[in-house]
Amino acid sequence: MLAPLSWLKEYVDIDVSAKELEGLLFSAGFEVEELKEVGADISGVVVGQVETCELIPDTHIHVCQVNLGEYGTQQICCGADNVCVGGKFPVAMVGATVYATAKDHVTIEGVMTIKKGKLRGQESNGMLCSGTELGVTEDMYPGAGYNGLLVLPEDAPLGADVKPILGLDDWIFDISITANRPDCQSIIGIAREVAAVLKKPFKMPDLSYTENGKDIEFKVTVEAPDLCPRYIAHYVSDIKIAPSPAWMRRRLSLVGINAISNAVDITNYVLKEFGQPMHAFDLNDLENTEIVVRRAKENETIVTLDEKEFKLNPENLVICDGNKPVALAGIMGGLNSEIKDTTTDVLFEAAKFARDSVRKTSRALGQSSDSSSRFEKGVDEYTTQLGMKRALHLMEELDCGKVSKVHIEVSSGNSTEPHPLTVSVEKLNKILGITVPDEEIIRHLDALGFAPEISGDELRVMVPAWRDDIDGHVQDIAEEVIRSYGYEHIVPTFLKEATVTAGGRNAEQKQLLRVKQTLCKQGYSESIFYSFFSPKDLDMLRIPEDAEERKAIRILNPISEDLSLMRTTLSASMLNAVVRNLRRGNTAGRFFEIANVFKAESLPLTAYPEEQRHLCIGAFGDSETFFTLKGAVEALAETFDFKLTFARGTTTFTHPGMTAVISLDGKEIGYIGRVAHDVCAELAIEKPVFLCELDYEALVPHLGKPMVYKPVSKFAIETRDLALVVSEDVTCAQVEDAIATSCKYITKVSLFDVYRGKQVGEGKKSMAFNVVFTPDDHEFTSDEIDKYVQKTLKKLAFTLGAELR
Amino acid sequence: MMEENIKAIRAEIEETLPTLASSAALYEFRKSFLDNKDGKISGLMKAMKDLPKEEKPAFGKLVNDLKTWATAAFDEADEKIKALELAQKNKDEEIDVTMPGVKTEVGALHPDTMIINELIDIFAGMGFEIYEGREIENDYYNFTALNTPKDHPARDMQDTFYVSEEFLLRTQTSAGQIHVMENKKPPIKILSPGKVFRSDDDATHSPMFSQMEGLVVDKDISLCDLQGMLDIFSERIFGEGVKTRLRPSYFPFTEPSVEVDVSCFACGGKGCKLCKGTGWIEVLGAGVVNRHVLENCGIDPDEYSGFAFGMGVERIAMLKYGINNIKALFESDTRFAEQFKD
Repeated sequence: MLAPLSWLKEYVDIDVSAKELEGLLFSAGFEVEELKEVGADISGVVVGQVETCELIPDTHIHVCQVNLGEYGTQQICCGADNVCVGGKFPVAMVGATVYATAKDHVTIEGVMTIKKGKLRGQESNGMLCSGTELGVTEDMYPGAGYNGLLVLPEDAPLGADVKPILGLDDWIFDISITANRPDCQSIIGIAREVAAVLKKPFKMPDLSYTENGKDIEFKVTVEAPDLCPRYIAHYVSDIKIAPSPAWMRRRLSLVGINAISNAVDITNYVLKEFGQPMHAFDLNDLENTEIVVRRAKENETIVTLDEKEFKLNPENLVICDGNKPVALAGIMGGLNSEIKDTTTDVLFEAAKFARDSVRKTSRALGQSSDSSSRFEKGVDEYTTQLGMKRALHLMEELDCGKVSKVHIEVSSGNSTEPHPLTVSVEKLNKILGITVPDEEIIRHLDALGFAPEISGDELRVMVPAWRDDIDGHVQDIAEEVIRSYGYEHIVPTFLKEATVTAGGRNAEQKQLLRVKQTLCKQGYSESIFYSFFSPKDLDMLRIPEDAEERKAIRILNPISEDLSLMRTTLSASMLNAVVRNLRRGNTAGRFFEIANVFKAESLPLTAYPEEQRHLCIGAFGDSETFFTLKGAVEALAETFDFKLTFARGTTTFTHPGMTAVISLDGKEIGYIGRVAHDVCAELAIEKPVFLCELDYEALVPHLGKPMVYKPVSKFAIETRDLALVVSEDVTCAQVEDAIATSCKYITKVSLFDVYRGKQVGEGKKSMAFNVVFTPDDHEFTSDEIDKYVQKTLKKLAFTLGAELR
Repeated sequence: MMEENIKAIRAEIEETLPTLASSAALYEFRKSFLDNKDGKISGLMKAMKDLPKEEKPAFGKLVNDLKTWATAAFDEADEKIKALELAQKNKDEEIDVTMPGVKTEVGALHPDTMIINELIDIFAGMGFEIYEGREIENDYYNFTALNTPKDHPARDMQDTFYVSEEFLLRTQTSAGQIHVMENKKPPIKILSPGKVFRSDDDATHSPMFSQMEGLVVDKDISLCDLQGMLDIFSERIFGEGVKTRLRPSYFPFTEPSVEVDVSCFACGGKGCKLCKGTGWIEVLGAGVVNRHVLENCGIDPDEYSGFAFGMGVERIAMLKYGINNIKALFESDTRFAEQFKD
């Protein structure tokens, strides 16, 4: 919301600087996002009068002697065509800053500092300026639009700073307005708050007018009162379309609006000043001298002022004459009834349209305006009345037309009067936790227009008619009091009345952290990736069209197709991270992520989808192997004391010979594998990449096992190394399992070498295991161990055809 | 004859000992004289039996003297050689101590997790439990129950991702408040971390980020309690002496609503680049729970009151660790990750 200081000063006597006011507004809940002096870039420009002016032969340049009052008389060269003796112009002295323009003298190219110069051999100590060079437009100062020198008034004192003369010393507040205060989307709204923080009276703009226009018969019908709770129409006759006066054009210009003509400018002015969108119809274009506010008919069309055609439906509210739509309610008028230079009779409209109706139509049609965005924030009906009065006053003041008696107001009966509210002072103070003195409560609420009275514990206020956000509870009033009284009065306490509660993570939350820490210890860093991914990610993993992973929940309004699906697997994000790292020259890395995958029972969603946590681990780089990653997974299982089994398996994107499915309690819970060569080739990956993804929820029941100490045997353990020759198709797991179950004293079996070669023969391999025997109640003798080994070997020979090498 | 032998042995030992370079050679040499079976000195002892009886004592003494002398000489030589050998061994084993150490490479938790852990530690001590809600929420829990009905302009404060008419990606962890309050009666103290989503993707916004929401509902909870708790939070997370400042703001589910600034921990409030010269840094939003929210959850707002606060986890992480780009948090660059080993 842009608010010029000069405009605010019309309605409040502001006796603090712009900077101080910024601080006061900030404390009251109005953050000034930017405070900008209108002429911030302009300095060192003063009023000068040309005393002599001689043309340099064969050029368009004049050498002038310019009287700068206290700054003396300076020789300045000037190429403008309106330089003349006796004329008063803005003079940028040496060292001044002004805008540099392109050759067209119109386009601003930046800020420049004026230096001494020479033109055609003539010294020049400054520059006579145009409006553009000072950032002043025709709307801001009459005559400033001329492509030549800006002519200053004859009474401008020589040597005086031009900024106050041209209004360049004004300030613009860009204020961020919270959604609960639509009333402050207006100059008077801000002015009321300024008045409140300064504890000064707010002066209402002039709303008076005399009804001396023509009389006609006119009818307004509101057929959709739910979408239009108040509609006011007023007829103004004898219209004289002309440019608006300088003061109005200047104000509009400061808030970024181009002046068009008096009647149109008044509607824009009222929108900015009162926050009430207005519309003006050319009455002679309205059939049957009537207005009907109704839902559009299916496929009805309208062409708006900007010459765009829209096909409508009953979701859209339209303003119609006796026959056809003449405006898209709250959004934009129709081209068929716009104000023209020839307009003689105007029907003004001020209305309140329901904010969601305007929003829906605006979004659906892709058509928006200052008016629609204002309605979407919410307009109060009291201001609707004020806005109409202000517009009629301005019609009269600008001599734009004669205000008639024809005033038609249709409402659903909502009050536009202040309404009484009584709250408890004690409760108010209890919310704040401090005791605000009664007189302070009165002082601050009074400044905010609440007309407060206190008797005993009862605080009676009249809620201002423009404060739709106050819905009738003590919290509303407490907020008004404290934001005005000041949050610095709050005294920190530490839950002095609260019940003591037991806090902290629950068991599952603790386990999750421990899982993460276990993986960190294995060298894997935690990743967080977006919860959404791309259909292309599924293609990258070669997920078949009919696979479950393809039944992803789709975001209806994604930022892009690449962020349009809720993840059904974490592997793609991890693989993308690997690709990103390699592309950036990071040749090795280890990451894990624990995050949700989303499974819908049916699409589109009718119930909460299942949010299932998965664990994804990725490793890439020359030193990584299948077994380094598998080691991390095993370490996790060992830490929490559960057993995972790995069996040869496949996925669509991993190496067929280097992939295992991982099972827990006989149920498949995920995979581990090397990313397939062809997938890598497609992604230009030149390093080995290994991925693992597990259903974390399946692990959860196994994560809570308590740590229980098993006494350590006081007898020495014995180890034996067994090199076994087996046929190629026998797996390590088979042998390990066979050894481990062959003797109750065997507590650990670990493979330490695999050998293939002539010595063991074609189709065979030798696997060497380290076997640990743990005694329970006596020291083992060498013979005893030999006996157990023999037993083990016998079993291995029988079940797996294994021989000792 | 025998005496000459003794002399010769002595001479041989004296001559040879200095030439021996290793303890192994010395051992062999020593053995050749003192070995019980075939050492030369031992041999003299054995030869003594052939001597006339009267010569035996004198000769025996000579041999014994020789043996004592030899033993001492060998011991002395042994000590010298061993010392030399140890010196050599130490020299051989000398290393370049500036070479890199061998590390067990550990990984790092994500900065978000580190901040969340820190926050949980702070608030768990104050009696907060942890509640983690869903990422896909019902419109009712994310907006309507939080006093933000369908036509409410506050919905425009957040650009929402919808996955159906009714379901959306939660825009705020506040959605969890409602689930908790529907299922638990006061006293309530919960902390709710989680991912949230807004349709905003530019240099300073990520469409997904994390929030941490806190909620207290009990009897007689006031704005003073909120500031007191936030003072403790600020000091613990940003360092001693950091103060908080409340200023008015607006959230549909709290009233009064405040923005909470902390005094700049980089400059101590004097004004610097981090705080853009203001001395204050905005870190979270908070307020007294709106009575309509309590009513929506079946909690009597005349009996109970409460406050809620919510902060962006990445914002805290970026402030605390000086991370300058929010996107870096979701890229898993190895050079990023290795800076957060805890």
